[in-house]
Amino acid sequence: MSAKLAISRPAEGAAGKTGTWRTFRPVVDREACNECGLCRQYCPDAAIDENLDIDLDYCKGCGICAKECPKKAITMVREED
Amino acid sequence: MVDKSLELFDCGHRACGGCGPALAAKLILKGAGEDTIIVASTGCMEVFSTPYPETAWKVPWIHSLFENAAAVASGIEASLKHNNRTEKVVCVCGDGATFDIGMLCISGAFERGHDITYICYDNEAYMNTGIQRSGATPYDASTTTTPAGKLSTGNTRPKKDLPQILASHGASYVATASVAYPMDLMKKVEKAVNTPGSCYIQIHAPCSTGWGFEGGKTIEMGKMAIECGLWVNYELENGRLVKAKKVQRVPVEDYLKAQKRFRHLFKPAPLTDEIAKIQAIADANAEKYGIDIKLKE
Repeated sequence: MSAKLAISRPAEGAAGKTGTWRTFRPVVDREACNECGLCRQYCPDAAIDENLDIDLDYCKGCGICAKECPKKAITMVREED
Repeated sequence: MVDKSLELFDCGHRACGGCGPALAAKLILKGAGEDTIIVASTGCMEVFSTPYPETAWKVPWIHSLFENAAAVASGIEASLKHNNRTEKVVCVCGDGATFDIGMLCISGAFERGHDITYICYDNEAYMNTGIQRSGATPYDASTTTTPAGKLSTGNTRPKKDLPQILASHGASYVATASVAYPMDLMKKVEKAVNTPGSCYIQIHAPCSTGWGFEGGKTIEMGKMAIECGLWVNYELENGRLVKAKKVQRVPVEDYLKAQKRFRHLFKPAPLTDEIAKIQAIADANAEKYGIDIKLKE
C-alpha cells in the first residue's frame, strides 16, 4: 500500500549533483575571511555548511557568495575540464 | 523561537544558479521551523524542488493544482484543529498562482479566517512557463506576452496591490519582505506563523532568467529595488501600517538599467517619458509608506 502512495522522501541532492552545472568555481581565501557567515545565509542552494566549507558537489557557481562577501574573500575561478 | 540553523530545504534542487525563489524557500523554512506543513501551487518552485519521486523539502509538502493551494491549506488547517494538533500550515506559491489564478481560493480562505500563512514568492511574471506577464509584473517590463517593440513599451498595467487587498479581508498580519534581507524575512515568517488567523507575506524574489541579469547579482537586485522605492518592505497589523523600511532613495534608472526586461527603455534612445512614469510609481510608494529618510539641514 505505502509503496503506491505518491509520497516522495527527501535526500541530499534529490535532483542529482548540480555541481556539474558550474562554469565558475568559488575559491575561499581563509586568511581574508572573518567568518561572518553572510555567504552561507545568501546561498540559494544551501551548499555552504556551518564551517563555511562550500560543497562543490552541489554548488552551481552562481557567484552570489563572491559578490556579497564583505571581505572580498571569495573569488570565482573558471573551471577547467 | 525556532532553530534558525536548521537547513530544511536541501541542496541539489533544479533551480537556476542564483535563484531568488530557492533562497526564499530556504529562508521561509528557517523562519517557520520544523513543525510546518507546506502547501504549494503549481509554479517554478514546485517544478524545480519536487520532480517526482524526489524532493528538496524536509517537511511535509503537498501540491494539488495551480489555483487551489489556499483551499487545500484550509482543509488541512481544519483537520489539524479537529485533531487538536499544532502544526503550522504555510502556503508557498508564486505570483501567478497568487495574483491571478488562485485569487478566488485565497479570498475564500482569508474570508473564512483559517489559521494559515500564505506566502507569495514574487518574481514578477510566470517564469516557469517562459516569462509571461502576471498581475505582479511591474509597469513597462518586457515579457513574452507584453513584448517591447515599435508599438509597445512592455507591460501596460501597474502591479496589483495584493497586500492591501488581503489586509482588507481582515487579515491580522500582512507583510512584504525581500530575499536581500534574510533576517527580516525570517522574522516576518516566524511572526506570521505564530499569529492566529490568516496572514499574508509577499517576498520579492529576483529571477535572473526572467529579468535578465547575472545569477550572482540576485541579492544586489533585491537591494536596488528597495533603495529606489520600487519595492517597499513593510508590515500591516489589522490593516494598519506599523513599520516600513526607510531608505535614502536613489533614482530608478540604475535598477532598470541592470535588467534586460527594461532594456528597451534605454536603447536605442532613452524613453524619458516612460522612465518618468516609473519614477512616479516609486515616488508614490515613498509617499504612501513614508520611507524617505529626512536628513537634518
